[in-house]
Amino acid sequence: MSEVIIEARDVAMTLGSGARRVQALRGIDLALRRGELTLLMGPSGSGKTTLLLVLGCMLTPTAGTVTISGTVTAEADKEGLAKIRRDHIGFVFQSYHLFPTLTAAQNVQLALDIRHERGKRARQHAREALERVGLAHKVNTRPGELSGGEQQRVAIARAIVTNPAVVLADEPTAALDGDNGRAILKILADSAHERGQAVLVVTHDPRIVPFADRIIHIEDGLLVDQTEAEPTRLPKIAPFGPISALRSES
Amino acid sequence: MALTLTLASRNLFHDSLRFIATMVGIVFSVVLVMVQMGLYLGFGHMVTTMIDHAAADLWVVPKNAKSFEDPSLLDLKLRSRVAGIDGVATVVPLVVGFSDWRLDSGEMTPVFIVGSDLHDGALQPWNVIDGNVQALSQGFGVAVDRSYFERLGISGVGSTAEIRGKKIKVVALTDGIRSFTTTPYVFVDLKNARSLTGTPPDRVGDLLVRLKPDADRDKAITAIRGEIGDAEVLTTAQFRDRSRSFWLFGTGAGAALFAGALLGVIVGTVIVAQTLYSSTKDHLSEFATLRAMGSANSYIYHVIIYQALINAVIGFAVASAIGALVVQMTAKSALPIVITPWLVAALAALTVLMCVISAFGAIFRVVRIDPAMVFMR
Repeated sequence: MSEVIIEARDVAMTLGSGARRVQALRGIDLALRRGELTLLMGPSGSGKTTLLLVLGCMLTPTAGTVTISGTVTAEADKEGLAKIRRDHIGFVFQSYHLFPTLTAAQNVQLALDIRHERGKRARQHAREALERVGLAHKVNTRPGELSGGEQQRVAIARAIVTNPAVVLADEPTAALDGDNGRAILKILADSAHERGQAVLVVTHDPRIVPFADRIIHIEDGLLVDQTEAEPTRLPKIAPFGPISALRSES
Repeated sequence: MALTLTLASRNLFHDSLRFIATMVGIVFSVVLVMVQMGLYLGFGHMVTTMIDHAAADLWVVPKNAKSFEDPSLLDLKLRSRVAGIDGVATVVPLVVGFSDWRLDSGEMTPVFIVGSDLHDGALQPWNVIDGNVQALSQGFGVAVDRSYFERLGISGVGSTAEIRGKKIKVVALTDGIRSFTTTPYVFVDLKNARSLTGTPPDRVGDLLVRLKPDADRDKAITAIRGEIGDAEVLTTAQFRDRSRSFWLFGTGAGAALFAGALLGVIVGTVIVAQTLYSSTKDHLSEFATLRAMGSANSYIYHVIIYQALINAVIGFAVASAIGALVVQMTAKSALPIVITPWLVAALAALTVLMCVISAFGAIFRVVRIDPAMVFMR
């Protein structure tokens, strides 16, 4: 069994107050392991995003504990939570959230810059991350000049450039067509399998199920099902094989 | 270049219209403060120009004399008493006072007579550009500044007019001796000053004291104080300060200039604060993304502060260029604006301070950012 990177124990989350009080999560027990790509699926309003926010240290659960790489998040204040995110987590957002005035390389470099990793080495790391997602030829291009798929790949490069223990992706393929969506999932699966990161993807998209090592279903704030994927279902991904393919696909 | 600086500059220059509005605000503010403070320095220089050009170590002035232009008089007997004090080299009487200059057209205009003994040389006209100062002692010769030609109805050396029924003749012209009160200074010989101002023969305006090179100034002051009764003895620096204080603050002129400068600072701060705040609001999702990625709040503060500093540097550079132009344009005017290196340094610091303070509003907004907002679709 692989090392557990994130562990949630009996996590509950209540949002709002009074008549608007909603029990968004109830007694969630979950472990994300190194080298695993986990899909978090469920209908709208089931608590997927809330769980992602709790695991991503952006919300503190009202009950239960979340431990990330041995650090209990409940003990941290806002800046402490920010530090946990900075040190251990890479995020991929549905809307990319790239900085439109910066180049692709600078967008990736930001993740290093906030960790005080600067200079030539940081630029080199940013270039390498863009190479990993097949965008070595777009380092000086601004997001406005990139396609949606390319923008999401820049966002992934930004998430993985610091080599975080965990990558949390929120509907990363929702705005992409089939080919681009598949390419994105290949990169995320590569991060899990080749780089040993724990990758959690929140999705509605059934097309990406074949990439998952594990699928978790959530409904009404409860984990209703956890399915380990059969090894034979996983696509074979060579360390750098898919990248050259990606370049020709984009 | 640091990435925070790159981000700050891109945030600023991305919206060129807002950047121009910010620049207009800063430039307007800095130029306004520069002009007000330049006027203050110019006035300050102007009100003490006679004191600054008098060859005196000490001034014996009537009690509570507020400035060089104070019309109070001293008893002439004080001159010999002060002259007898150990350490005193010379005591030169000065007769000053307001009078009326009658143009050939019959029109009258007020003037300020400055009379001293030409041989003593304690306070003679300077920057003489035409004529001869020695001619002041011949008849009723006067020296005036060329900037007052129109006011005095004259055209140069040789022009004539009338003061208190005496026919006077312009024998020398100066350049740049202007009065804060806008009343022209008219230099005359001491004996003529009495009749042109109506000062009795046993009275003088001030006494200019020069000390011997080896004299103990403090001892001399104490000794003089013991001889002059109600009158006061002041060092040149003390008289200069008292004159400045009277003209600039006693009359409210200085307060008005400072109020204008303060207004400039307030307007500048508000404009920069408003534009920085709106820029921050426009980039809120980017700042939230940074927070979500785990950046410390201080990282975001750096971006905002850099934006403020870029505003300050560019705004100050433009304002300085305009200020230099204004100084050049007003150099020969009735109200010269004086900008010293210290004023430039102080304005640079003020501009930076103003822009940084303006950033606080934006920073307070950023502190409240919820990084979870980047997950809202």
